Amino acid sequence: MSRRAAALVAGVVIVLALVPVVLGTYQTQLLTYGLTLAIAALGFNLLLGYTGLLSFGHSAFLGTGAYTVALMMRYLGVSSLELFILGGVVSSAALAALLGVVCVRHTRIFFAILTLALSQVLWTLAYKFFWITGGTDGLRVPFSQLTLLGGLINFPGADAFARFITYYYYYVLVLFCVCTALMWLIVNSPFGKTLQAIRDNETRARFLGVRIWRYRWLAFLVSGIFTGLAGILWVPLNGLVTPDVLYWPQSGKIVFFAVLGGFRNFAGPIVGAVIFNYLEVYAVAVTQYWQITLGVILIVLVTFLPAGIVGTAERLRARLKKKRAEQFS
Amino acid sequence: MSLLRTENLKKHFGETRAVDGVDFTVNEGEFLSLVGTNGAGKTTLVNLISAFLSPDSGRIFVGDRDITHASVDERIRAGIARSFQLVNLFDDLSVLDNVALSIFAREGKTKRIFALAERDAAVTREALDLLAEFGLGGKSGARARDLAQGERKLLDVAVAYALRPKLLFLDEPTSGVSTRDKAQIMDTVSSVVRGGGITAVVIEHDMDVVFKYSDRVVVMHEGRFLADGPPDEIRRNSDVAKYLLGTDV
Amino acid sequence: MEIVALQILNSLFYAAVLFLIAAGLSLIFGVMGIVNMAHGMFYALGAYVAAWSVGVAGSALAPAALFIFLPLAAVAVGVIGLAIESTLIRPFYRRPEEYQLLVTFGLLLVLEDVIRLVWGGTPLTASALVDSLGLVQIGGLPYPVYNILMIGVGVIAAAGIWAFVYRTKFGVLLRATAQDRRMAAALGIDVGRIYVLAFGLGCFMAGLAGAIVVPTQAAVLGMGVEVLVIAFVVVVIGGLGSLEGALVGALIVSALRTITIQFWEEIELAALYLIAAIVLLIRPTGLFGRKT
Repeated sequence: MSRRAAALVAGVVIVLALVPVVLGTYQTQLLTYGLTLAIAALGFNLLLGYTGLLSFGHSAFLGTGAYTVALMMRYLGVSSLELFILGGVVSSAALAALLGVVCVRHTRIFFAILTLALSQVLWTLAYKFFWITGGTDGLRVPFSQLTLLGGLINFPGADAFARFITYYYYYVLVLFCVCTALMWLIVNSPFGKTLQAIRDNETRARFLGVRIWRYRWLAFLVSGIFTGLAGILWVPLNGLVTPDVLYWPQSGKIVFFAVLGGFRNFAGPIVGAVIFNYLEVYAVAVTQYWQITLGVILIVLVTFLPAGIVGTAERLRARLKKKRAEQFS
Repeated sequence: MSLLRTENLKKHFGETRAVDGVDFTVNEGEFLSLVGTNGAGKTTLVNLISAFLSPDSGRIFVGDRDITHASVDERIRAGIARSFQLVNLFDDLSVLDNVALSIFAREGKTKRIFALAERDAAVTREALDLLAEFGLGGKSGARARDLAQGERKLLDVAVAYALRPKLLFLDEPTSGVSTRDKAQIMDTVSSVVRGGGITAVVIEHDMDVVFKYSDRVVVMHEGRFLADGPPDEIRRNSDVAKYLLGTDV
Repeated sequence: MEIVALQILNSLFYAAVLFLIAAGLSLIFGVMGIVNMAHGMFYALGAYVAAWSVGVAGSALAPAALFIFLPLAAVAVGVIGLAIESTLIRPFYRRPEEYQLLVTFGLLLVLEDVIRLVWGGTPLTASALVDSLGLVQIGGLPYPVYNILMIGVGVIAAAGIWAFVYRTKFGVLLRATAQDRRMAAALGIDVGRIYVLAFGLGCFMAGLAGAIVVPTQAAVLGMGVEVLVIAFVVVVIGGLGSLEGALVGALIVSALRTITIQFWEEIELAALYLIAAIVLLIRPTGLFGRKT
């Protein structure tokens, strides 16, 4: 990574760290949502941007993470966020490992179909087994029952909410930074390069001796864990988990962030997730036909701006650089 | 013992007898050309040997190992690699990454997930050296997609070569490029391959290229071997002249 | 015993509906190579348009005459499909797979809300059509004549589609284009026109399925995606791009569904997915699928 990029990243982290200090509780809460969505986007894009697999069912992992937390709290009386993370990561990994075997061994189109179907299956299960999952009423995950750092931090008392938001924001921020760094390492590792090779030219990769489906399966596993983590972190913030988190438009949103930011570069989906987060809040206030807006923007993006916001910005910058170089030659 | 040997290899596509009982022997250190008219079966033969297709009958041996039903990665481990007629590269990766990937695959390092690829000095060094040998040293940072056609063909060969195979099949490495580039490409490929001591089988249409660079020429016609020998002998062969060159000797 | 007979009839009815949807999906994929993620929405549109027009004309016409709205709704959906193909799908023929999937997914989002916008959230029914045909006694138990009639329609549709694809000149063009686009174009076939017609036909079939089903079950929001998932299971089991696959897949899936709903309703979709997964392990391209 160039020094300039490193400085930019450091700057962003510092700005993010100052948010609770400078902006109020509401904005901090909003940004926390944005960061959890960004983690989901990171996971999703390992598959789309780097392996060439488009999943329409990533809500399955969001939901698995979220429901694991809720079920652990309700039926096992767990309150430690660390334990929730452990449990949720294990369940997301198990789901990804198992269903990965079904989804990745076939064509990319079948992958899209099978992932969509998978998330819908989970949705019907969450919906129908209402005596376990609370059905459409869902399960509550109140922050008052949550503890951080192995019980060191909890949230009793009158001003608990503001305290919760502040501490929770930093917790999520740290995890977000860790996840981003980890994913960056993964995509730039030999494994990551192999995934990209499979994306670019499956035949050639096979003729280098690469066992294609094993790598796709591993990518699916990692992707599922990251997105599951996003679901785990999301649910205490939301206070409630319902089958809606598994319903297909939720998968659609994840796809949307990646396309909005640009799925052929690392930062695109993160940027897309954060922007979307704000878009959604303000747009939902304006219109109840939010889905049609999303759909139209998606179509417009795919038709005219396939590189997304970050991708297009990079292209413009490269073109500007080239022009300047030409001027001086 | 020969490096590669096929025994009565056959592949039919319905009525068409693409490969019709071929006994092909390749010895270590040879640089031979496989020629024939379109549809003679050259690419099918290479596809059979490299596991792109499976034969209807017959056997394939590498040394004394029967690889007839071996998978692609088993054949690569046995020492067979190939390049492709229609350039087959990782277009959105850099030129360096294309070759580096081949090396990572060869070294079994492709599952490494917690290490930066570019930090592997040994692999990077080897990739850069190889690119330099192929005359692509200056383009290591460029995207594979952005290279000129001739450079892409060289890169395709380099990626296969980076597997350090015992036997390298090159499928029409000069097709689709200008005559001037053809000579340049073949000069580079020939010197690198011979310099590395690697046995090569080149599928080629351009007979000038064939006669200039090969030790041995194998002529295929309608799925069978028509002639097999040093270039001079082939040049004087009346059957070859009739079927291949369309002339009378 | 009689109940089994009724369940078989139910299963056949649903299979007819599924077949139309899956065959439409397979037709579009087979000819154009595109999976239309919004395909289920055309089914939903067929249901809504049929139910709405029956509702509007209901008092003015005799129940028997209302039947005309079923094929009319299907045709309307086919026309909408033609319009969408020329504006949204055509620019994406040459673009990579993911963009085709993305644009049809965007269409899915748009159409779902369009339906909500036009018809609102309340379910629309057209039960007058079922009532008008009355009941028939099957071993002492009453069963709607409508369902039996629609099974017949399904059989005729299957035969008709088969005849169209395998016995007509246009069918030959369709199959030629499906097998090898470049060769077809080289032979002078107007591939663009084939694409448009194939897409329109596929949407017509989905719309017809929706129109057929709406007299027996109300048109509701979410029906599009719900049926899409099941149609996907059908083509995964039967093979994408195959008409025989769509038929066999529809029969299998419908039978499985009927059985599961009887014994353990909650796991219906999970059971279907499990069966699809098992089929894929044995035959990765589905029972009649083509190996790419």
